[in-house]
Amino acid sequence: MTSGWQMVIGLEVHCELKTATKLFCGCPNVFGDEPNTNVCPNCLGLPGSLPVLNQQAVELAMAIGTALHCEIKPSTFHRKNYFYPDQAKDYQISQYDEPLNVNGHLDLPDGFRVGIERAHMEEDTGKTSHAGASGRIHGADYSLVDYNRSGVPLVEIVSDPDMRTADQARAYVTELRAILVASGASDGKMEEGSMRVDANVSVRTAADAPFGTRCEIKNLNSVRSLGRAIEYEAQRQIALIESGEAVVQQTRHWDEGAGRTEALRSKEDAYDYRYFLEPDLVPLVPDAEWIRAVGDTLGMMPAERRARLVGLLEESGGATDAQRDQITTVVDLGLDDLVVEAVAGGVGSGLALARTANEAATDADAARALDPKSYLELLMLEAGGLLSATQAKAVLAELFVRGGGDPAAIARDKGFEAMSEDSLAATVAVAVDGHPDEWGRYCAGDDKLAGFFTGLVMKATKGQANGKAVAAELARLRG
Amino acid sequence: MAGPARLTREDVAHVADLARLHLSEGELDLFTGQLASVLDHAADVASLDLAGVEPTAHAMAVTNVLRLDEPAPCLDRGEVLGQAPSVEDHRFRVPRILGEAP
Ligand SMILES: [Zn+2]
Repeated sequence: MTSGWQMVIGLEVHCELKTATKLFCGCPNVFGDEPNTNVCPNCLGLPGSLPVLNQQAVELAMAIGTALHCEIKPSTFHRKNYFYPDQAKDYQISQYDEPLNVNGHLDLPDGFRVGIERAHMEEDTGKTSHAGASGRIHGADYSLVDYNRSGVPLVEIVSDPDMRTADQARAYVTELRAILVASGASDGKMEEGSMRVDANVSVRTAADAPFGTRCEIKNLNSVRSLGRAIEYEAQRQIALIESGEAVVQQTRHWDEGAGRTEALRSKEDAYDYRYFLEPDLVPLVPDAEWIRAVGDTLGMMPAERRARLVGLLEESGGATDAQRDQITTVVDLGLDDLVVEAVAGGVGSGLALARTANEAATDADAARALDPKSYLELLMLEAGGLLSATQAKAVLAELFVRGGGDPAAIARDKGFEAMSEDSLAATVAVAVDGHPDEWGRYCAGDDKLAGFFTGLVMKATKGQANGKAVAAELARLRG
Repeated sequence: MAGPARLTREDVAHVADLARLHLSEGELDLFTGQLASVLDHAADVASLDLAGVEPTAHAMAVTNVLRLDEPAPCLDRGEVLGQAPSVEDHRFRVPRILGEAP
């Protein structure tokens, strides 16, 4: 950030809810189906069709509100009127002045608290694609519309303008995504559009100065784009102000390829949505018992899951910074139960965490589908010295390919046999004899040379030797 | 109690524009008068002392009308697209849109 300036960032996150059907009709809520196959009179806006609210969508929205420490309130639905072919009805049903969830907060992993203004329900729009040379609206000859997504339940989560750096914005979206996944509300797939982020960015010269004029950035499809777009936009606004011009309040589109934001429209032509109460829907009034029942179904949230893994590492002297990063990775990917079960089964917490963060994480979908017992058995083989680290990784890859299985049997199939103590000792001896200088330094107390000798043994055995056993043998030889 | 400012011809032109209605000069005059009298009628309610009266969100005192999250049959795509003036690649083909989605 340019010195003398501070960014002010608020984020609006649209999250598609993981329901079986749409918000107001029984059409399936599925990503990637053939165009216009999941449509009915309701989501096509045909005359005479009536919306009926999906109970599961309401409960997932309440779960999000609970997870974000919101007040869950009686709410109503409005029609937001606009002409655009992504809505066949020419209006979107959304919550306006009486949203379901208000006044919550989200704590970033470093403890920084971001206020949540509201988390309200609304329906998604259809998907438009623009035919023509550019694929963008400008220059398109016509547009094509698929209404499969029209009416899919969304919750829009609006933060307070509390963030001051792009890093905080990234951390917020990452943590929010983890919370949405943990609460069962969303699959959190930004690449499939089930989570979409808009950023409101302004700059000011001092932390106690009034907020500057803000711009809203759309089309942020990844956490990386979000960070880049915010940095770019703040610099653009600073340059404007420093050259004596004013920032114009407007909506801007992030162009990932060009690495810049471009104006879409300015406030003068801001839409007049003419909101009015949706006459075909009645108020949604959750009572205390319903709210409690939904809260009871909530699983552990990411912060608690991270704390659980940190707790497991206490026995080995507490989590290092690197291990804290591993913990974040494992929890974000929903793999922490694997670690917990492995440790409960007798595997050291450091090994269980490292294998999960480094190897299991490379194919998180496969890892989540894995029987925790298979995973435990594999780690026990490695912990017991029956498989080297390299071999354990190979067996895990095979478990993923097969979708499970008996790790010991796979190891046998692959010809992985633990080296006998005699042959290990012989290999170590060869390495030591071949490098008398290094051995001398090792014996003189230069412990780093242990890694050198382990490397030689691993090379000689093509990774079949157990690292710990090699280290033990080296220590024994040194006496 | 002062009511809202009286409806102007410009207001009606703006609302008509938002609704994509193309009104002639004569129609603008006609509808300004008609709409103004409707709003005058609503303003009568605003002149009443309604302190302590609960706002009415809906004509029926009903809340929480919900359905189970169970799939229902969809329409046949051929039939659906058969109603459209123009179709391409199993999608509705619409005229070029100016501007991004609001
Ligand atoms: Zn439908």
